[in-house]
Amino acid sequence: MDDLDKKSGFLTGGKVTRREVLKTGVIAAAGLTLLPTVLAACGSSSSGGKVTIGNNHSDASDLAGMKAVNDAFSKANSSITLTMNTVDHGTFQDQINNYLGATPDDAFSWFSGYRMRFFADKGLATAIDDSWDKVKSNFTAGFANSVVGNDKKVYGIPVDYYPWCVFYRKSLFSDKGYTVPATWDDLLTLCAKMKTDGLTPFAFGDSDGWPAMGTFDILNLRLNGYDFHVGLMTGAQKWTDPKVTAVFQTWAKLIPFYTDGYAGLTWQQACDTLVRKTAGLYFLGLFMTGEVATVDKTAVDDIDFFPFPFFKNAFDAEQALDAPIDIWMLSAKSPSLQADLASAKTYLEFWAKGSTQLLMYAANNGFIPCATDADPTTLTVLTKKAVEIVSKAQKITQFLDRDTRPDFAGANSMQSFLLNFLKTPAQDLVAFQQSIQDFWDKLPAYKG
Amino acid sequence: MSQSEPKALAPAPASAGAGALATKKRKRRYSLLNRRDKVLLSLMVGIPLAIFLLLIWAMTLVSIVLSFTNWDGVNPIAFVGIDNYTQLFTTYPFFWPAVAHNIMWLLFFVCLATPMGILLAVLLDRPLRGSAVYQSIFFIPVVLSLAVVGFIWKLQYLPLAGNGFIDSAFVALGWMDPKHAVNWLGDPTINIWAVLVAASWRHVGYIMVLYLAGLKSVDPSLREAAAIDGANERQTFIHVVFPVMAPINVVIVVVTVIESLRAFDIAYIINHGKNGLELLSILITNSALSEAGLIGFGSAVAVILLTISLVPIVLYLSRVMRSENQ
Repeated sequence: MDDLDKKSGFLTGGKVTRREVLKTGVIAAAGLTLLPTVLAACGSSSSGGKVTIGNNHSDASDLAGMKAVNDAFSKANSSITLTMNTVDHGTFQDQINNYLGATPDDAFSWFSGYRMRFFADKGLATAIDDSWDKVKSNFTAGFANSVVGNDKKVYGIPVDYYPWCVFYRKSLFSDKGYTVPATWDDLLTLCAKMKTDGLTPFAFGDSDGWPAMGTFDILNLRLNGYDFHVGLMTGAQKWTDPKVTAVFQTWAKLIPFYTDGYAGLTWQQACDTLVRKTAGLYFLGLFMTGEVATVDKTAVDDIDFFPFPFFKNAFDAEQALDAPIDIWMLSAKSPSLQADLASAKTYLEFWAKGSTQLLMYAANNGFIPCATDADPTTLTVLTKKAVEIVSKAQKITQFLDRDTRPDFAGANSMQSFLLNFLKTPAQDLVAFQQSIQDFWDKLPAYKG
Repeated sequence: MSQSEPKALAPAPASAGAGALATKKRKRRYSLLNRRDKVLLSLMVGIPLAIFLLLIWAMTLVSIVLSFTNWDGVNPIAFVGIDNYTQLFTTYPFFWPAVAHNIMWLLFFVCLATPMGILLAVLLDRPLRGSAVYQSIFFIPVVLSLAVVGFIWKLQYLPLAGNGFIDSAFVALGWMDPKHAVNWLGDPTINIWAVLVAASWRHVGYIMVLYLAGLKSVDPSLREAAAIDGANERQTFIHVVFPVMAPINVVIVVVTVIESLRAFDIAYIINHGKNGLELLSILITNSALSEAGLIGFGSAVAVILLTISLVPIVLYLSRVMRSENQ
């Protein structure tokens, strides 16, 4: 009986304890939920305020730039407490839906153009027209247009951009006597010559899926013009169009010159082959100079570039190119945004200054400041040349995954389609293009 | 607590100790629970059950419903009938490769990796000098997360231009012509096999440990008896040990099937499941959980994966229930 009593005692004891545990748990949970509210109340009562930011500039050099910017911001606005959450660049993009739809930070780094409008239309971003009115004199019309939503409201502050060009090493060109190709035919001739010289003519690494998009963009812009390209990206034109077939057929001529094993290489590894002079040319965004500096600092001064060669057609005059713009935006569903709105806007306005953008530029020369008052004398020769090429361009696009719907540009959609083409360029292109168009047609309705 | 309660509860521990009380007595035991106990018990069973129903079955049902919509996660839900499924089965070019790769994964594990693990377990079960060292070596990959395994093997498999270890070593040893170096991860006809080797590297150790634990629990007198009857080692294993290990064998089969169906990490680390590494789990992630936000489309893939998963689950459950009835 003694033994049994003990056991039942254990049972009753367990009951009490369990209830107490539950009680404690509830109190603790209540405490946890209350705590931020209390803190927020404290924050708003003192005149300063707070702002939380979601940052996708996760590479070491960019992160150093972010830190410099935030330090400068805190110095200028000592009453505002700034909290930064940095998420890996790729992960940030993958999770953007969940992030913006749940409890995002007040402000977040993102991309301009269609990719900004898509999320603004979903009601996941807050318009910042009042802030924009204060700072818009610091931006040219091209930048201003890139941050306007479909509802004509402004959703972002442009902070940097980078053109997509063909990069090469000057010393390699002078050693081998190569000249910069002006036309597509020149490019193919040069590539053939490089191949006989034992080089990989065209460095390429498409493990991440998006680098191939840049080549599609530029070939479509060169062969079919800006209007058709934009129409294709927004769904006004069909992927089954013979003009698209022409793009793929032209591209097929370049594929034999690509790095062996490009589908398994990242863009950084492909970039390294250019730095080590085993590859002759590399088509990528200006940000590749950051990777060059990582591999070999002395090689940066030896890097030069030219716009993607022309096809001697009516569209040459456009001098079009991809020059994606990075921006800062305000989220809509941040639980603290109401309290933080003023300081969050102060933060975005701070980004509109040339001096702020130059802090970021100092950390990574691959990203060119957008602000007009960014002191041009501080730019490197290479950056000045990039600025010049972009300013000559009559038409500027953002990049395939920024100019079209994000659900069309993902890993198992456009990235996979392009890899599929690169793998078998001789396939039945009509059927291939039809499968792309079918995928587009089945996407949820959205008027971009 | 009332005075009578300890007495009322008395048969419970007793019956647990005796183990085989008549059903009549068991019924009485439950009837003796007072109201408070019943409330407590129903809470203890009910809360986990509710959590289970909510987090597993409710979610499953929601997925099934969503698979008939084209929801993007934000805008109002619009039903599109079986559009997602027809698209998957007909025009979407990455669905059938994903199914094929999942099946290849299963076959590779069932036919090669799992038997290999069992073989290692049998070998290491014998009195062998340094057995513990070998066991540790084979088991170390299991301790690593699949994400780390993926990263490790990615470095091994990189192309020559990326200084991959395998290609560089083969070229250095003269086994490979640098002009025709194998592109382990980029060549869509090869990369799935490369990934399967990486996944097996871990799976073999896992199976080995599970099986070894089972072997250790086999009654040594059985082997002795078999030896006295003149059975050699192979015969002893096939006719005596293997049948005795039936419960472990079922676990091994289930583990193998589960590992194959949930294949995800390594391929996702390598290239997000593109270019020959399509897998159903990755199609779901890339469609429903990425920036794309194609929740309806991703749910349709998830429902198909669920349907495929149901086959081994039903087989397993029917077997378990049959053995319980016996």
